[in-house]
Amino acid sequence: GSIFIPILSCKGAGNGRCGTIDPAAVPADLVDKLERLALVDFRTKQGLACLEKAVRFAGQLHAVDTSGVEPMDSVLEDRALHLRGDAVTEGDCAEELLGLAERTVEEYFVAPPGMAEAAFMSSHQLPENHREE
Amino acid sequence: MAASCVVASELLQNTKQISMFFPKTSRFIRRISTSNLQCDKQHQLKTNSASQQLVGVVGLEIHAQINSNTKLFSGSPVRFSAPPNSLVSFLDASLPGTLPVLNRRCVEAAVMTGLALNCTINKKSLFDRKHYFYADLPAGYQITQQRRPIAVDGTLTYSFLSGKKRSQVIRKHVHVKQIQLEQDSGKSLHDDVRSQTLIDLNRAGVGLMELVMEPDMNCGEEAAAAVRELQLILQALGTCQGNMSEGQLRVDANVSVHRPGEPLGIRTEVKNLNSIRYLARAIDYEIQRQIGVVQRGETVQNETRAYDSKSGFMPEPNLPPLIVYEDDASLPSGIDPGQAVVVQEIKEGLPELPSVRRERLVQTYGLLPEHSFTLVNEDGLMEYFEEVMKGTRREPRKVIGWVTNELLGQLKQRDLSVSQSPISPAALAELLELQETGHISSSIAKQVYQEMWNSPGKTAAQTIQEQDLGLVSDVAQLHSICQKVVDSHPDEVCAIRSGNTKVLNKLMGLVQKETKGRADPVLVMDILKQKTS
Repeated sequence: GSIFIPILSCKGAGNGRCGTIDPAAVPADLVDKLERLALVDFRTKQGLACLEKAVRFAGQLHAVDTSGVEPMDSVLEDRALHLRGDAVTEGDCAEELLGLAERTVEEYFVAPPGMAEAAFMSSHQLPENHREE
Repeated sequence: MAASCVVASELLQNTKQISMFFPKTSRFIRRISTSNLQCDKQHQLKTNSASQQLVGVVGLEIHAQINSNTKLFSGSPVRFSAPPNSLVSFLDASLPGTLPVLNRRCVEAAVMTGLALNCTINKKSLFDRKHYFYADLPAGYQITQQRRPIAVDGTLTYSFLSGKKRSQVIRKHVHVKQIQLEQDSGKSLHDDVRSQTLIDLNRAGVGLMELVMEPDMNCGEEAAAAVRELQLILQALGTCQGNMSEGQLRVDANVSVHRPGEPLGIRTEVKNLNSIRYLARAIDYEIQRQIGVVQRGETVQNETRAYDSKSGFMPEPNLPPLIVYEDDASLPSGIDPGQAVVVQEIKEGLPELPSVRRERLVQTYGLLPEHSFTLVNEDGLMEYFEEVMKGTRREPRKVIGWVTNELLGQLKQRDLSVSQSPISPAALAELLELQETGHISSSIAKQVYQEMWNSPGKTAAQTIQEQDLGLVSDVAQLHSICQKVVDSHPDEVCAIRSGNTKVLNKLMGLVQKETKGRADPVLVMDILKQKTS
């Protein structure tokens, strides 16, 4: 099934005003994907309202005419990337870091429940460089 | 299931017949793992266009941990074992207010590796964030180079020994799609007793080179040989120590099956391969499993990964593009040399690669390709061989067998590495020199060698003296022994006199038996010929 979320379609070219409301359906598998990526439960009424608000908010971007403009991925695009020498300058602050955590066990951080268990794993497949010990 | 080695194609050809008459047996046969011969058969099948047999297709994704003092974007140390969370900086722990600063050494390592694999080095490459949630990734994203990595479009050339006596060197190529710099994640340790997961961030942020290979391989043996060659290259370059059991080199294999000429099949992933030997077996097992699935008319199950849909990527906003320069001439004026990575300089500084080293051994010592392959393939064996050569005047071709067969055989049997060999190169050289100068015969040399293994510390010379194994060259003594043998074997003497000179070898054997292998074979042959003429 699909979930009905009205989406603002802003067809006004660059005048800052939003045009007609264009009702669009968000397919269920897209909702699943969004749930997986954002770890938010959208299946409640509250969740859906949240999603709807977010879509509408983002829709305001359409007000701007960006034809012929290259996307900027970094405000640093004209800067030189600084290279650091390979000498040890930090680390060795386990106590300080562990002191920030609510719960630790013998110098280890403790993962929040549900983040590392089998159930989590099966529905959230991990990228290839992950290694289980 | 049984692990007996059966050739795959024979199984496949007979399976249909067997399944008719012995349905239970055919299921059992399909699950038997294959021998190394599977690859040869697969290649034969590929060239036979009328064949309908399924073949395996293997692609590799390799993560190589960069051999550097500090991490990719922070100045915390890189070390294998240390107290938990002691090698972690504020950036590695993803505390707010921290920014990534790129380690020059990691860039050089990636360029070096790219050059060694004949890649095109992208003068401008970009960093991205790959988002996913896992407890050992504190930032919630990994900095990587998905869009435009530092090196692309290279070749990994590898070899392996094939044929009945494993004396044929087969060379193959794999296309390297790209090499990208990326961050490693931390480690999670599952405590099942208390149902909790403990996180150690020591490894979080360590630099990795991800090497993506095209699916140009067909079986476990090829994949294993390719990984081995890559391991040797990385170790020669010093860019990665390549220890698979310590996680410095991690390999995932994408495996599918298809009929040659038809589109590729659905692929599955074989992960957590922590040794080269296991890699070959696991891949072959998966190929066989998939062949079984397809032949039963079922479909291979593929576990699609959420991030595969290429969402969750965004450019890394904190890092400008990475620029490397072709040569000194292309450097902008006034640039600090410490800030410039120059490809030409790195190219000129590349050390001797394994393939060059093999060729050099063939040229310098006149060895056969399969010998130099073995020397380079076993850690430390080449150095051992060259050290032995320094201590003896014996021809390299006569020494190589001792190193690749006698020595290596004994080491493998006792599961020792070359560096753990109780027999030093100097000791072996001494033994060979004694043989070369005629003090002992070749069969005695083998005997003494065995003794050296049994009583390490005792030199060859000592053993020879103690057991009186020196070559008997006393002509009078040899004459009398030969006479005895000749007198007691009139039939053989007759045969020799009537033209069958091969029988001389039998008499030689008897003389050697009499002298316990210590007779000088050249002298004995002369004397026997005299006495039987």
